[in-house]
Amino acid sequence: MKPRFAPPWFVLLPAALVVLWHFGVELRWVTEGTVPSPKQVLQSWNTWIFGSGAGKLTLSPYSGTWLDNVAYSTRRVLQGFGLAALVAIPLGLAIGWNRLAARVIDPTVQLLRPVPITAWLPFAIAVFGIYDASALFLIGLGAFYPIVVNTTHGVRDTNLLVLRAARMMGAGPGTVLAKVVFPSALPSIFTGLRLGIGVAWTAVIVAEMIAVKSGLGYVLWDAYYVGRMDICVATMFSVGLLGFLSDRVIVWAARFLLRWRALEAHA
Amino acid sequence: MIEVAGVSREFAKNGRSVLALQDIDLAVREREFVALLGPSGCGKSTLLNMVAGFDFPTRGSVRVAGEPIRAPSPERGVVFQEPALLPWLSVMDNVVFGPKTRGEKAAQYRPRAAQILDQVGLRGFEDSYPAELSGGMRQRVGIARVLMLESRVMLMDEPFGALDAQTRSLMQELLLQVWERHHQTVLFVTHDIEEALLLADRVCVMTARPGRIKKSLDVRLARPRALEITASPEFNALRLEVLALIREESQRAAAQI
Repeated sequence: MKPRFAPPWFVLLPAALVVLWHFGVELRWVTEGTVPSPKQVLQSWNTWIFGSGAGKLTLSPYSGTWLDNVAYSTRRVLQGFGLAALVAIPLGLAIGWNRLAARVIDPTVQLLRPVPITAWLPFAIAVFGIYDASALFLIGLGAFYPIVVNTTHGVRDTNLLVLRAARMMGAGPGTVLAKVVFPSALPSIFTGLRLGIGVAWTAVIVAEMIAVKSGLGYVLWDAYYVGRMDICVATMFSVGLLGFLSDRVIVWAARFLLRWRALEAHA
Repeated sequence: MIEVAGVSREFAKNGRSVLALQDIDLAVREREFVALLGPSGCGKSTLLNMVAGFDFPTRGSVRVAGEPIRAPSPERGVVFQEPALLPWLSVMDNVVFGPKTRGEKAAQYRPRAAQILDQVGLRGFEDSYPAELSGGMRQRVGIARVLMLESRVMLMDEPFGALDAQTRSLMQELLLQVWERHHQTVLFVTHDIEEALLLADRVCVMTARPGRIKKSLDVRLARPRALEITASPEFNALRLEVLALIREESQRAAAQI
């Protein structure tokens, strides 16, 4: 029997951390003024989202700009990530499937992959300037690696007998790739996409801190400069939330497309 | 129908070349059911793979209907050791993969698929996924999709080796029924003596590596056959004869290791 009420254990640790945070600030465990209290953060976040209300005079430059900045960052992430997926999936299929493609492309990918996305920043600004293109380049590049590597891995993992079975039934190379290799690699591709979207959110913050003048990353750095640690913390939570939500979307899509795997897991 | 002439196959293993098959000559007549019987590692699967077009001889030639084999083809349906189904497709979609890939019209292959699924006892499971089926049922799907190809040659690589004894005899009977109906030319690889004698018109006993055909025995048991035949004195005599041949080879193989 399923228990009627499952205690929500997952809230326990976060609640404890918030309490610890609250008292840490209240009881001055940290130097006064360095870390804002949870309440302060919540208030500033509220103002940041909804503005300070009609008729009230506001001095906060952030008032009511949350949604705009979230939209800027989200759009960049989606564009960069989409671009990365569009290039990385076919390339991963090629590297995993074709020996020549693997010999020609894979070493270059492996050689460039260890270069941290942050190290590309000056190069991106020099080439693309303080524009969106810089941010998209960094986000796309960051998301590209995990997707291409996992796609390649998924393709190479395709069951040999299943491949032979398809060829025996008359499938040519194109059909084998589309109807056997691709679906077989799809679970790995989704793993790549999940890792990729994570990197994309990291990259968008870095890029917006330096390479463009809008978005959550820009707000984060700007707030730090003017000493608004409350806004900094609110930004951290915002990015965390968006990253979590975008990951959930991919997980849902995977669950929908890979229903056959859920059956396998229960068998 | 199948002509294997002077075939040898060498593999490179750790920089050394290993002779897996040596001077194999084998002719399978049209509509004949031939079992390749031998100890594990004797290269019987390699030989079957060369007829299928998955592997190629180092020397000699493999022909089917006079044509040298260059690639796998629906003309030579293969049932593998594992079911090797497409796990993301339903039973029905797995079974019609062949005709669909070849551009046959659904109106043509659908009724045929229903009929074949009925023959192999899978009616009612059309929409199930492979993961929802038992091992025996998955292998039935593997057989059904080959029947859909209407191949004149059927190649079977220890298709029931992974099944439990009970399911295995059920599948052997099923195969006998199916074969009575379609009468394809069959090359059947196995290490199970009773299975080989129950199913085949002729049993080719292979030697340990390098694999050669040690002896070819005709199985003159009346058809259609059923499982009961395994209790007959003729069957037992054949079984003892093959057992002696196999035992020699198993001991030789053990001595090599």
